[in-house]
Amino acid sequence: MARLRRTGPGRVNGWKSKRGGSLIAVVDYGVGNLRSVAKAFEHEDFEAMVTSDPAVIRDAAGVVLPGDGNFGAVMQNLRETGLVDAALTAVKAGRPFLGICVGYQMMLDSSEESPGVSGLGLIPGVARRFPRRAGLKVPHMGWNSLESLADVRLLEEVHEGDMVYFVHSYYPSPVDPAGGAAWTDYGCVFPAVYCQQNLMATQFHPEKSGKVGRGIIRAFGRICQC
Amino acid sequence: MLARRIIPCLDIKNGRVVKGTQFVNLRDAGDPVELAAFYDESGADELTFLDITASHEARGTVLDLARRVAERIYIPFTIGGGISTVDQFRDLLKAGAEKISINTAAHRDPALIRQAADRFGSQAVVVAIDARRVPPDDDDMTGVPRWEVYLHGGRTPTGLDAVETAARAAESGAGEILLTSMDADGSLAGYDLDLTRAIARTVPIPVIASGGAGNIEHIVDALTIGEADAALIASIVHYGTYTIAQIKVALRERGIPVRLEASCAYMPAPDVP
Repeated sequence: MARLRRTGPGRVNGWKSKRGGSLIAVVDYGVGNLRSVAKAFEHEDFEAMVTSDPAVIRDAAGVVLPGDGNFGAVMQNLRETGLVDAALTAVKAGRPFLGICVGYQMMLDSSEESPGVSGLGLIPGVARRFPRRAGLKVPHMGWNSLESLADVRLLEEVHEGDMVYFVHSYYPSPVDPAGGAAWTDYGCVFPAVYCQQNLMATQFHPEKSGKVGRGIIRAFGRICQC
Repeated sequence: MLARRIIPCLDIKNGRVVKGTQFVNLRDAGDPVELAAFYDESGADELTFLDITASHEARGTVLDLARRVAERIYIPFTIGGGISTVDQFRDLLKAGAEKISINTAAHRDPALIRQAADRFGSQAVVVAIDARRVPPDDDDMTGVPRWEVYLHGGRTPTGLDAVETAARAAESGAGEILLTSMDADGSLAGYDLDLTRAIARTVPIPVIASGGAGNIEHIVDALTIGEADAALIASIVHYGTYTIAQIKVALRERGIPVRLEASCAYMPAPDVP
């Protein structure tokens, strides 16, 4: 099984992939626990690396953008680490790109959580707060189901109604619903999974979503391999 | 539809599970990591580890535990017991815990809830409340039950009302209430449904009912009559009385939304001597 390699100066050039160019880069911009995400790929026998090295991210076979916390704060962190260009370069090169949780919201233009802060603008749309109404507890926390699945590779192991683990107070609202690949109902129906060419995103945490989540991790790993 | 959660709770002392389980098909049922992996496979929605290690020197083990658990399981887990600073929150979350549960510290230092919520988000902050029913006063003709908050694992009364304490915790930024009835805990006679419902109706955040689960009907009651969002269970699964799958199938039959992975339903019951 692959072991986690943390990058540091001088580490990159010495790094050799066992499979040659199959590395999945988990973008480390100093927020949250990224180990769980890297672990999930490693357990499925994909090589993953938590990294803040732009060169590694640019050249990786696939890029995962995790996210936890306040939209404005995480965007600021990402910009300060100078990794935005590397991430966008990987996207432009057509590499598979997976945003998780706030990482998904960061792919949008903006979020109601932090007015005035720009997202990456990869998916036209905004993150909106769940409606304030009696009986709807926010954050949306726990296991909820995926419905109306699209025929996409990322979900090839997922079945209609499968449950995954969510923790969030804002939900993605892309302008074009065509990118929505699976939908979840919590006070409103939102695209819990987004897939459009090489851009993929999940509002839930696949690395915390049991067997269903592992299926999604495996699918992304396979997508990165071709 | 959001599922109601079933959360096995493991008491940990010096890095080992106490009130050890009796699963003979586990290599080491006293190893929290081994047991956590077993419950993940069995279909638990989350896990809660309560560290009851007395000495501060042994506290490092809980951080190591969080790391090792995070490495093995694919469901969220909460760590509680003796956590009293924002730095401890940070370390445990970084180690891979999803949420941190605080009890005594939240009462001693109410600002801790707000600080932790601001820094890590409300979803990471669970406030545990241990409550005991107050015997009805001769002068009290209202007949409305009241519960008092206890600290230090139920040894120290505070004089505080449990419902008001829960409401204040939610206002301060708690993301969840872990509510244990000291009267019901260990009784296997069912949750304190009045207490659970009184708090679930008061706070705008999820309530985890704890203490008293002895059979599946008790869990059904906690999630319906008690209006809890989740049920914490211990002996009922540790001793192999029921499997998680049996509990969830029964809940589903009663119309309660649960997460039931196809393969879990067919998982054999653990061998018990």
